[in-house]
Amino acid sequence: MRYLPLTDHDRKQMLDAIGAKSVDDLFRDVPAEARLPGPIPSLPPHRGEMEVERHMAALAAKNLAADAAPFFCGAGAYRHHVPAAVDQLLLRGEFLTSYTPYQPEVSQGTLQFLFEFQTQVALLTGMDVANASMYDGSTAAAEAVAMAARLTRRGKAVLSGGLHPHYREVIKTHAALGAFEAAALPPSILNAENPVHSIDDATACVVMQNPDVFGQAQDLSPLAEACHAKGALLIVVVTEAVSLGLLPSPGGMGADIVVGEGQSLGNGLNFGGPYLGLFATRGTYLRQMPGRLCGMTGDVDGRRGFVLTLATREQHIRREKATSNICTSSVLCALGFSMHLTLLGEDGFRKLAALNHARACAAAGILEKIPGVTLLNKSFFNEFTLDLGRPAAPVVEALAQKKILAGVPFARLDPGHAPATNLLLLAFTELTRDEDIERLAAALAVEIAS
Amino acid sequence: MSGMIQEEPLIFERSADGRSGVDLPAPPPHAPRLGQLKPRADIGLPNLSEPEMVRHYTRLSRQNFGIDSVFYPLGSCTMKHNPRLNEKTARLPGFADIHPLQPVSTVQGALEAMEQLSGWLLTLTGMAAVTLTPAAGAHGEFCGMSAIKAALTARGEARGKVLVPESAHGTNPATAAALGFEVVAIPARADGRVDASDVAQRLDENTAAIMLTNPNTCGLFEGDTCAIAAAVHEAGAYFYGDGANYNALVGRVRPADLGMDVMHINLHKTFSTPHGGGGPGSGPVVFSERLAAFVPVPYVTRAGERLALVEDDDAARKDGVTSLGRLRAFHGQMGMFVRALTYMLSHGGDGLYQVSGDAVLNANYILARLKDVMSAPYPGPCMHEALFDDTFLKDTGVTTLDIAKALLDAGFHPMTMYFPLVAPGAFLIEPTETESRETLDEFIEALRDLAAKARAGEKDWFAGAPYSTPRRRLDEVRAARNPVLRWKKGA
Amino acid sequence: MTRKYTRDHEWIRTDGVRATVGITDFAQHALGDIVFVELPEIGRKLEKGKEAAVVESVKAASDVFAPVSGEVVDVNAALKDDPARVNSSPEDEGWFFKLKISDASELDGLMDAEAYKQHTGD
Repeated sequence: MRYLPLTDHDRKQMLDAIGAKSVDDLFRDVPAEARLPGPIPSLPPHRGEMEVERHMAALAAKNLAADAAPFFCGAGAYRHHVPAAVDQLLLRGEFLTSYTPYQPEVSQGTLQFLFEFQTQVALLTGMDVANASMYDGSTAAAEAVAMAARLTRRGKAVLSGGLHPHYREVIKTHAALGAFEAAALPPSILNAENPVHSIDDATACVVMQNPDVFGQAQDLSPLAEACHAKGALLIVVVTEAVSLGLLPSPGGMGADIVVGEGQSLGNGLNFGGPYLGLFATRGTYLRQMPGRLCGMTGDVDGRRGFVLTLATREQHIRREKATSNICTSSVLCALGFSMHLTLLGEDGFRKLAALNHARACAAAGILEKIPGVTLLNKSFFNEFTLDLGRPAAPVVEALAQKKILAGVPFARLDPGHAPATNLLLLAFTELTRDEDIERLAAALAVEIAS
Repeated sequence: MSGMIQEEPLIFERSADGRSGVDLPAPPPHAPRLGQLKPRADIGLPNLSEPEMVRHYTRLSRQNFGIDSVFYPLGSCTMKHNPRLNEKTARLPGFADIHPLQPVSTVQGALEAMEQLSGWLLTLTGMAAVTLTPAAGAHGEFCGMSAIKAALTARGEARGKVLVPESAHGTNPATAAALGFEVVAIPARADGRVDASDVAQRLDENTAAIMLTNPNTCGLFEGDTCAIAAAVHEAGAYFYGDGANYNALVGRVRPADLGMDVMHINLHKTFSTPHGGGGPGSGPVVFSERLAAFVPVPYVTRAGERLALVEDDDAARKDGVTSLGRLRAFHGQMGMFVRALTYMLSHGGDGLYQVSGDAVLNANYILARLKDVMSAPYPGPCMHEALFDDTFLKDTGVTTLDIAKALLDAGFHPMTMYFPLVAPGAFLIEPTETESRETLDEFIEALRDLAAKARAGEKDWFAGAPYSTPRRRLDEVRAARNPVLRWKKGA
Repeated sequence: MTRKYTRDHEWIRTDGVRATVGITDFAQHALGDIVFVELPEIGRKLEKGKEAAVVESVKAASDVFAPVSGEVVDVNAALKDDPARVNSSPEDEGWFFKLKISDASELDGLMDAEAYKQHTGD
């Protein structure tokens, strides 16, 4: 077997050195009845690269890849162009095959990029500090709610109607199992139920997404003021990180904790994971932050260096009193994010965001003219919601048969919410071409008219 | 530093206005539709060209140890070789470039890959059900313990206590506490194992579960496991198996045969998906019949030729599942599923049987060849990792940390130190099966040399180590007293 | 003013009505470089033997327990910026908090300097 270096000769000599008769002899502490006499017969035998590659390629070929079709899906996962240098560098073994940087003398590579990543995330979100990443945006949101509960010693979270339903469900799962209550307002594109009215003396936080799941971009400053007036925190969720190149920063609008999905930069769609949880907050809340943190210091020779720090918040030290049980996070995805953003730079990132907005504006101008179709957004970044006047899921399925990936029916995210059956979420990025929009518009017009 | 390793400034210190690493088209003229919002002001990101960016990250990478370059025997972490075929298959556009919310008719191959991975995990563990969604081991723990809580709720019981051995990973008590359970620590016997009769005495009608890592964090098999399982079940509680050390058993011992009700599996340990400097991981969870009805959403189902996803609690209910809810957005770490499935197909049942055999053989070889110069608290055989304590350093003035730092100079990543706490000054060495005998011999000789040096009174030399690494010992006290967690202009 | 000690290595200096609390020289030595101290809020009612503060080194976090019950009337804010005072002057400048004692009889069970010295194996 190509990954196993020991030869039979090695094994025999090693067993002699140990003083054991056989490898099975080393397993003698395992009850005999639980020890299998040999390989599990129902599993196939080992195979060479060629055969395995063919097997996996055959599975991959059964999927309609985004590059093979006009593509408009978003709703929390976005398809952007990742520069070639990013993936080539991610494959360097020193990044790919290292562990969490517990030995800083031989981990400065990882530690320095984490320090740079933390700075980039703090700058994008407009916050004081950011951590070294969480699993994804949704779990970061649940951790943020738990953190707000610890900070305020209050037990209720108000979830706005514009919050991505998956995020809402993840927070509700944590709430049901943990020690807080999550009051979710019904999904509503224009915030028919303003979360301000749900804030009371027991409210730890309001969770608000911007742009929201419907693509609506909004000014959160009034909500931040209302939260603070009642002693509650404002948690802002950002699922499209590229929006931070055009919209005012959440920190600038008064957010206390900002969580986000960082997949848009440096990371592919990957059918939903692995993704990258972003987590940033005010400096005063640092000690209640979950996740790993990298800090600057010096070595005994006085040279600048980096270490993991403030680890007493974490499970491996604080055990049952830790701020979170998180251990492994998404460091390699954070590296992809950081490298992509480094290539973009200030000018490139702002241009990328403007380009995304321009593509969506162009698409809106065309799609809103289709008879029977209504654009619901008053504002948007690169994603908006259409009311098709008929159930969206069958329309999307019909267009998929024509090899057009025509966005995400809202009902796919929130099947329990009947009023939203006709809603379709569509996203546009720098990868969207004019001809893609034209094909979508033509096919949509035919389907709606049928 | 000079020669092969260069000093590297921060990206913020390399920035120059007017540079860029991308050439994007200009946005076409458009009337913005931002409502009342004004476009944001300066962000403060640095501007670099592509050659500078490539050099920056290449230089950073050279300041890291990785499995590719050095032996990396971190106990409890299973730092095995990461096959490159796995990276290739994970990048096939049919896996890497598909959206989680595309119509399921367009992602049948992805669902089939998930189904096949599930099949392998169920066959290997002998369990009844599996979920793939958890993002890492600790997330899997949260999932598994949530299923236990959901099952208790369904029984109309609110049991509040979870038993956790003192030697457990910190994630175990942290997870139990996050779910509102009270953690009761169980001490180990003199032989490093948990005692079944001790567990039996602590079980009562308020006990929800025991969380047991097997092999345990001392690298020892918990021989009472079947008796513990029986006692736990007798008390109406559940047996949570922490699969962090599953590499010792894979393909050879099925957790179902040890009486486990639920176990998480770290794909980034046992099934070789890369650690990436601290993730991403993936933590599928397998369940016994007793817990199979409480899996989280989403999960894959099959109706004849067609695969589907059950994505919400209502749909799960129609399927007979009282889902514990959703643990994350979308479906799971697909990129890791593809890598792990590729790994399994490469190894086959015979290769995996050999994996656990060689992993245990390598650890025992290290234990056998070092126990005369170091001190092993437990005689062996061990499972996939060898544990030593610092008794052999008594009166030398040299610490476990010193030995670890000196190993860096010898070109090895150190073992896990000071964990588990039950062994004072612990050295926990996990070689894995992908190391050759020659590498093990070099490592053994390096440790024998260091042990001799310690006995020879060279404590000052040890205190200065490492000498040859990109940085020497770092001031962690300063980092914690005055946290500097980001770059600031002019700071 | 008398000074007494607990088995968990807190000291308490008191006139029977008010008290100042900190951790002992033995404790700070065992913990190593102190990097952070979390203090109770003023006004909080502490219960004898229950968690009152947290003291952290780089790799460990330890609870500090209230030697007697009482209400927190003052905390050593200087420790926020300079936790090293706990190392340099544990039983003086490195004090943690001041209490208004609610039950002076609880002082009776505490150790005097001699007993504490024996407790720490000196």
